[in-house]
Amino acid sequence: MSFTRFVAVARKEVIQILRDTRSLSIVILMPVILVLLFGYGVSLDLKHLPVYVWDRDGSQQSQDLLKRFQASDYFDVVRVVSDYPTLVRAIDDGRAKMGVVIPWDFSRRLHDGRTAQVQALVDASDDNTANVLIGYSQALVQGYSSQVQLDWLRKRGQSGQLAPLSVDTRTWYNEDLESSAFIIPGVLALVMSVIGAFLTSLTIAREWERGSMEQLISTPVTALEVMLGKLVPYFMIGMFDVVVCTGLALYWFRVPFRGSFATLLFSSALFMVVVLSLGFFISVIAKSQLAASQIALVVTFLPAFLLSGFLYAIEQMPVVLQWITRILPARYYVSILKQVFLKGTPTQFLYADLVPLTIFAIVLGLLATGAFHKKLI
Amino acid sequence: MIARLKQMLIKEFIQAFRDKRARFILFVPPIVQMLIFGYAATFEIQHVPTVILDLDHSQESRELVSRFSSSPYFNVQGYLTNHREIGDFIDQGKATVALQIDAGFAQSLSKGQTAPLQVIVDATNSNTALIAAGYINQIAMGFAHDYQQDHIYRISPQLIDRLPNVQLEQRPWYNPDLRSRWFFVPGIVGSLTLVLVTTLTAFAVVREREIGTLEQIMVTPIRPAEFILGKTIPFFLIGLFDVSLIATLGTLWFQVPFRGRVIVLFTGAILFLLCMLGVGLLISTVSSTQQQAMVTSFFFIMPAVVFSGFGFPISTMPPWLQYLTYLSPLRYFLVVLRGTYLKGVGFEILWPQMLAMAVLGTSLLTLAVLRFHKAVD
Repeated sequence: MSFTRFVAVARKEVIQILRDTRSLSIVILMPVILVLLFGYGVSLDLKHLPVYVWDRDGSQQSQDLLKRFQASDYFDVVRVVSDYPTLVRAIDDGRAKMGVVIPWDFSRRLHDGRTAQVQALVDASDDNTANVLIGYSQALVQGYSSQVQLDWLRKRGQSGQLAPLSVDTRTWYNEDLESSAFIIPGVLALVMSVIGAFLTSLTIAREWERGSMEQLISTPVTALEVMLGKLVPYFMIGMFDVVVCTGLALYWFRVPFRGSFATLLFSSALFMVVVLSLGFFISVIAKSQLAASQIALVVTFLPAFLLSGFLYAIEQMPVVLQWITRILPARYYVSILKQVFLKGTPTQFLYADLVPLTIFAIVLGLLATGAFHKKLI
Repeated sequence: MIARLKQMLIKEFIQAFRDKRARFILFVPPIVQMLIFGYAATFEIQHVPTVILDLDHSQESRELVSRFSSSPYFNVQGYLTNHREIGDFIDQGKATVALQIDAGFAQSLSKGQTAPLQVIVDATNSNTALIAAGYINQIAMGFAHDYQQDHIYRISPQLIDRLPNVQLEQRPWYNPDLRSRWFFVPGIVGSLTLVLVTTLTAFAVVREREIGTLEQIMVTPIRPAEFILGKTIPFFLIGLFDVSLIATLGTLWFQVPFRGRVIVLFTGAILFLLCMLGVGLLISTVSSTQQQAMVTSFFFIMPAVVFSGFGFPISTMPPWLQYLTYLSPLRYFLVVLRGTYLKGVGFEILWPQMLAMAVLGTSLLTLAVLRFHKAVD
């Protein structure tokens, strides 16, 4: 291993990266765009959902109930209809997410001391929105029902209570339930997967595809020097992007940062080694850029996106899939990221994630070196 | 013209299916992604790890606790004895929810005062926290309601028979069991097609340019229009085949109902493919290497998917972003997919989406062809 030869290969790679201004600007812009994209575009804070109502009773009571829907932040009563087909059509074409139907005998039933049923027709093609709609409507109707009962009891000289139980909820680590605080730390893992695996696997596959790898091999440069020379510039770019993403998260989106910055950098470096080795490995196997990009997509980007706990909670996946996530480095890195940003977990409690990540970095690094070596001989 | 086009098509099909690796790329990644996505993507929550601290030890508090332990949404991990343990459990991620019932709970209830239930939620995942808080509220409200009824019954059994009551009767349409999978699987058909067709088309042209064979083709009598048709028709057919493959897999493997008509879905798919071919060609006209093409497609794919309503409702985005979503062809195709799969609606409802895709597709293709002429000259 000669340092000068390593520097020579690295210099060649840096020149190639710098020459391609678009790729370069993209590499620098990408973390910014991804953070903005997920910071603004990904949110589950459902409010002002469009609701159609059909009041078949038209009484004081039914109007009182509908006023509660109008006053709520979660619903937006966009139209009052007077027939069923209009309601169905609105839900079918998505103009209404929910239709509230008050039966014609609503006030009479209340007057007679019976149970009056209000119908909520919910578009459940999006189950999450439907869940939220049903939850809020339940709470609203229940609140109205309690009020009706209380009035009724008071009229008869009895005592009663509007709310015997209050739920006092405190949300830890992400006090305002900001989606951005939950999403953005994980974006780092996405950015690094793209830089590490996509770009490197493509650059090396390009050398194979064009035949310039053979030229490189015929020089006195050793396999290790080629590998390091190719990977170190991308490592630097990856670490630079980590800093950019973190800066944006903290100063633009005001995501809290409660852990240690050193731990963030250290675990990011480990993850970078993992994805770079994977990218290198892929390029050695794939040989063509198209194949390399497709394999990199399945092996690095998708796991980081889907199976890391970045968006979808791992505990909610089928057990088999939960086991698979254990052999994915991204899972450990995302877990560290969320803890370092939001929880401020002290480093000694992060070993459960840091140790597997270190093992992955070492094993994959060695594997990639070995694979490349063989290919040369 | 037809003869030349035929030759070009023969060449393209040979290239696409030439070796094992090429065939692998066309069909295996979509299937793998469909399976992983189908299992991993869910916002449903169940069995949330929960710890309980009951400092009241009364019949009432036990009754409330048992409502949580019997709920499928919560999984009681342990009963604590002092307040400090809550911090440990939540900090180390062993519990997501902690419920605390203070001493004097039953007393407050019997005096007709409001009794508090303290809830602590780990909001690192803001979505899980939001939904869990909703379920906690529902359980608490059910408890409060029943307690109230009991209370009235004790005062006077006759009153309870004449007590008015309002109930919500919810009817989740299209997806009665509120399954996340039914929401995601149709969306996956669209997003996978988007990724596959865009990258394949972009790569196919850029590879010729990078290797230098584009010039060779241009000196043959073939005209640019024939070249473009020759390049796009194979990917159009492959895309159509992949849509059918993934859509069939979604229905047969994941048991998502298909309630609409196949012809509606295919019309939507064809229009969507036109848009994707246009985008792929456009990317190829602005890229000179495959790496550039990859990075540029990535920059199209990520926003196109995030802003389509694939995972997150468009209505929760900031208003200025909502306007941007109109530019994502996937936005329209998703409405068609979910409309045909879950809602079973036809052209009478979906024509605005079809029209939008037709307009977008034609403009994108025209732009691509114009730019392509320039790029070749």
